Amino acid sequence: MKVLVPVKRVLDYNLKVKVKADQTGVDLTNLKMSMNPFCEIAVEEAIRHKEGQPNVAGSHYKAGTVTEIVAVSIGPDQAQETIRTALAMGADRGILVKVDHEVEPLAVAKILKAVVDAEQPQVVILGKQAIDDDSNQTGQMLAALLGWPQGTFASKVEFAGSKVNVTREVDGGLQTVALDLPAIITTDLRLNEPRYASLPNIMKAKKKPIDVKTPGDFGVNVAPRLKVVKVTEPPKRQGGVKVKTVQELVDKLKNEAGVL
Amino acid sequence: MAVLVIATHDNASLKEATSKVVSAAAKIGGDVDVLVAGENAGAAAAAAAKIAGVRKVLHADGGTLGKQLAEPMEALIAPLAAGYDAILFAADTSGKNIAPRVAAKLDVMQVSGVIDVLGPKTFVRTIYAGNAVLTVESSDPKIVATVQPTAFKAAGEGGSAAVESIAAPGAGKATFVGEEIAKSDRPELAGAKRVVSGGRALGSAEEFQKVIEPLADLLGAAVGASRAAVDAGYAPNDYQVGQTGKVVAPELYVAVGISGAIQHLAGMKDSKVIVAINKDEDAPIFQVADYGLVADYKAAVPELEGELKKVLG
Repeated sequence: MKVLVPVKRVLDYNLKVKVKADQTGVDLTNLKMSMNPFCEIAVEEAIRHKEGQPNVAGSHYKAGTVTEIVAVSIGPDQAQETIRTALAMGADRGILVKVDHEVEPLAVAKILKAVVDAEQPQVVILGKQAIDDDSNQTGQMLAALLGWPQGTFASKVEFAGSKVNVTREVDGGLQTVALDLPAIITTDLRLNEPRYASLPNIMKAKKKPIDVKTPGDFGVNVAPRLKVVKVTEPPKRQGGVKVKTVQELVDKLKNEAGVL
Repeated sequence: MAVLVIATHDNASLKEATSKVVSAAAKIGGDVDVLVAGENAGAAAAAAAKIAGVRKVLHADGGTLGKQLAEPMEALIAPLAAGYDAILFAADTSGKNIAPRVAAKLDVMQVSGVIDVLGPKTFVRTIYAGNAVLTVESSDPKIVATVQPTAFKAAGEGGSAAVESIAAPGAGKATFVGEEIAKSDRPELAGAKRVVSGGRALGSAEEFQKVIEPLADLLGAAVGASRAAVDAGYAPNDYQVGQTGKVVAPELYVAVGISGAIQHLAGMKDSKVIVAINKDEDAPIFQVADYGLVADYKAAVPELEGELKKVLG
């Protein structure tokens, strides 16, 4: 089956976030951008269902379950680098939908719906949230627009005929749902550990095709619905005191903070 | 103006998060109704009717709603939207799962993880794991939002709203297969008054259980963990406090062997009192801790348990 994997270019997760002095946003000038970590997990999951795990006895990843992986990114020209990363990991081809400003999850979902209509994948695997806007919306929205079932916050994905069983990370533990295909899956942290692309694969990825489109090609209006009033630094919490002994700690908790 | 709050419950009982989201709804203004969608959830609906300030409780009951899967929940809630200016969910795994489906169905751009309501269309939320605070104004005709319950005080009791039954939807394209919900006598992490969390310094799942759990039980606390501890397999994922886990704001937060990565701090910095025990005196956790103890947890935690036993009696 064909799998579509949307990938987002975000500020590298190791970098410190700096709010702009004019409160219009976060300063990204000259900072390293990388693939959103949850999207890396999505790419890895698609690849494992394509390659299988021949060296892992009893693995639920079966070679050939997935036959083609299409990575799609919505963003500026540089988002091609993010697609190249997915191609170097093992995706087969890419689609860049070129937009030079930030696109809200609803508009992203509408563009992805149009890509799904054109590509007809059986599954779309997305990261559960992007670490920049922390919205956690796109997969669910895409599912609603397509009328597909969803398995969000996945920690295990098992294909079984015309269904896919998704184990989900929920409050208090795990929940497993069976989804009729086609379906939407969003990834949580423990689904897998993404691979690093090898140098030969990075070289090979340069030859894999990337189609370039615009939202207009799909008739999607990407004008934002939410107006940014301001972006500010979070209030700083003042550090307190260092205590020297456990006795002093318990004394302060009881008599100063009053929490015991 | 009218606001619909989607109740957080497990059929048998209503969760406190519901009262907190009702408070956020009251800040938007207008009448506040609560939807309790479940299976044999009459007790939860009755509890919702007692929340102060609630006009009406809508109670949908049926087999398709027992696990509150996103597909039937969307089918139930989207048609109700016609009567409301805003629909609010708690920002827990259930609300996060369902709300965007409803929003997309209504062609509304959702506001996720609201921590303050400045007006009927103006909301405050955090981005970049809490490293920046964003204020947005929606231009959509309706609001669909998830609300961070820890950011709002629970509405009181004393209401006596009418409970109105509404029909449950049919089955969707997803079916519930099973679940593994940890049975625990400890309080739930998200709403706990006290939390004891362990980090990577614990070194193993056995050590995590041996050190963190008895201290938590002594304090009557929920158990949490840093992402590093979860990634290393020392603690289950639903213990995770931080950007990609739970946001907690207990009266007492005890961090044991947690360095204090920014994504962890995002999940607990609103705690009233933070205690950090770490042998690295430069650990960032000490910058937010009210009381820091530079010590090896191996000696400090047993000693702490001894002292607490004297104090707690």
